[in-house]
Amino acid sequence: MAPLLRVSKLQTHYFSFGGSRVVKAVDGVSFTLREGETIGLVGESGCGKTTTCLSIVGLLPSAARIVGGSVEFAGEELTQKRPREMRRIRGRQIAMILQDPMASLNPLFSIYTQVAEPAYYHRAIRGRSLRQRVAELLRAVRIPSPATRMREYPHQMSGGMRQRVVGAIAMAGGPKLIIADEPTTNLDVTIQAQYLEVLKDIQQESGIALIFVTHNLGIVAKMCDRMAVMYAGQIVEQGPVRHLFRDAKHPYTQALLGSVPKLGSKEPLFAIPGQPPNLAYLPTGCAFHPRCPNAMSRCAAQEPENALIAANWTAKCWLLDGQTEERYVSAVA
Amino acid sequence: MSAPLLELDDLKKYFPVSTGALWRRKTGSVKAVDGVDLAIYPGETLGLIGESGCGKTTTSKLILLQEPPTGGNIRYEGENISGLEGRALMRYRREVQVVFQDPYSSLSPRMRVGDIIAEPLEIHTSLTRAARAQRVAEVLELVGLQPEVARLFPHEFSGGQRQRIAIARALATDTRLIVLDEPVSALDVSIRAQIMNQLEHLQETLGVSYLFIGHDLATVAHISDRIAVMYLGQIVELADSLELCARPLHPYTQALFTAALPSHPDQRHEKLKITGEVPSALDPPAGCRFHTRCPHAMPRCACEAPVRKEVAARHRVACHLY
Repeated sequence: MAPLLRVSKLQTHYFSFGGSRVVKAVDGVSFTLREGETIGLVGESGCGKTTTCLSIVGLLPSAARIVGGSVEFAGEELTQKRPREMRRIRGRQIAMILQDPMASLNPLFSIYTQVAEPAYYHRAIRGRSLRQRVAELLRAVRIPSPATRMREYPHQMSGGMRQRVVGAIAMAGGPKLIIADEPTTNLDVTIQAQYLEVLKDIQQESGIALIFVTHNLGIVAKMCDRMAVMYAGQIVEQGPVRHLFRDAKHPYTQALLGSVPKLGSKEPLFAIPGQPPNLAYLPTGCAFHPRCPNAMSRCAAQEPENALIAANWTAKCWLLDGQTEERYVSAVA
Repeated sequence: MSAPLLELDDLKKYFPVSTGALWRRKTGSVKAVDGVDLAIYPGETLGLIGESGCGKTTTSKLILLQEPPTGGNIRYEGENISGLEGRALMRYRREVQVVFQDPYSSLSPRMRVGDIIAEPLEIHTSLTRAARAQRVAEVLELVGLQPEVARLFPHEFSGGQRQRIAIARALATDTRLIVLDEPVSALDVSIRAQIMNQLEHLQETLGVSYLFIGHDLATVAHISDRIAVMYLGQIVELADSLELCARPLHPYTQALFTAALPSHPDQRHEKLKITGEVPSALDPPAGCRFHTRCPHAMPRCACEAPVRKEVAARHRVACHLY
């Protein structure tokens, strides 16, 4: 079966005014997503997670341009679409949930108006059945007494409820893919757990595919089937979540997993030295080499290729290359 | 065990709420902190955990003398701090310092790093300019920065480095207690571990005490010796960190553990039993404040507030179940 979404060698760069400086925010990102699957896009701030998502839905800011690669969704190439065509895809086929629920909701319109809008325009539902549809959607995201709640305005709801309303809006157009960009960052832990459970239930019922953008590995462990770890605009490792958590191959993935405290354990944390790189001045070779505990001379000189570890599992690191360091050094000499 | 460094005794802070446009009348009060008892011992880390609005930050403000308490006492080395004046007050302010959550707003963008760190020294010590510069270099090195960065401005640093600068400022004046108000929440994942390790290392070398406020259970449990769980202005459970992780007793603490994200995809996960959201502190539920969301609520919980009792060694919980 063909995948629902195939992103291949996507390159999105930001250009400074006049084009003298280029920031390669996304530099050769490839991944696929099947129907009903959840992929976690993990990485630190500024690694290109959000730009990847905005490239998929065609909502890039004016300074950014897709300079290479393709985004294929349900057999259609999205990067070549005109804005008018993209508007018919967003909301109906692909929906997005953003980080700040207060900023995604319009304070001047009732919850009903906002949840009904995608269903009205994309699914041509009208009248009483529209009202029913909205109530159904609100019930699906566990809003108590939806019939009265939908007459309310965003300020009358708590943060967790607002974020669930945003989830209902995302589902209103009946999309096949939802992109959730750090949807729980502003929520409290118990509210976050409730929200994630709602999202999981909905996904199991409706079979919507999910891209989960996050820096929280716990969310990935809870929610995702596969994960892709991004560093400096590239996916350095991707594969099934279970395999990566058990036996990550890329030093950055290993370091990320080691730097998260485990409940009930006082073991010292593994701290990654240094800072995430500035995308405008990337190191040569492998972008992670200045912070990597296993860096070799080759890492600074040459960019590693994607190495296949198992089915659906790749990592970008010279350690996985058959060639050893000595052989490389002697070849140079 | 030695005498506590800081003791909170039935501490209360109510914020008045008034309504009406012209003749504002006091109509009620938000009970942000309502009867908190805690003790922090020299050289230990006390974790304070709870959801937003539970009174964590108000507690820290009371300790830092940014707000006067409505009731109760704070004792520092056995002495009530509400009566402190003059030199004794200055000494308290010198020895109790704070690091805030957001290092982007807690450092003045108009001051050089050296001046930021030297400011408490100017206020609290009679050191000469050269001696202050010497001390600034010392604390910068303590937090893992080069002494040369003293002449740079905060915007030249990343979030993690700024947080190190904030820690250096808090350490400059022979500090004995640092209130850490969510010091790693605003930082990147890979940087968090750096700062946490740095804090632990500083405690080992300097013997400073921490009050570590946070909402992420795993982080707080990792760094703390003891943990106090706060819900709507009250401490519901207090225990050693490892004991609390092994045996959370209060239903709210148990809910926090259930809500905590797994550290591995294979970890078995039970469904969260509590529903709804934290009630308003303006009108907190009668009896046990958690009874509206508690899966084990009994009729008694709605009318009678539970008192905290010691159910195991150094493990105290306020719940009618025990």
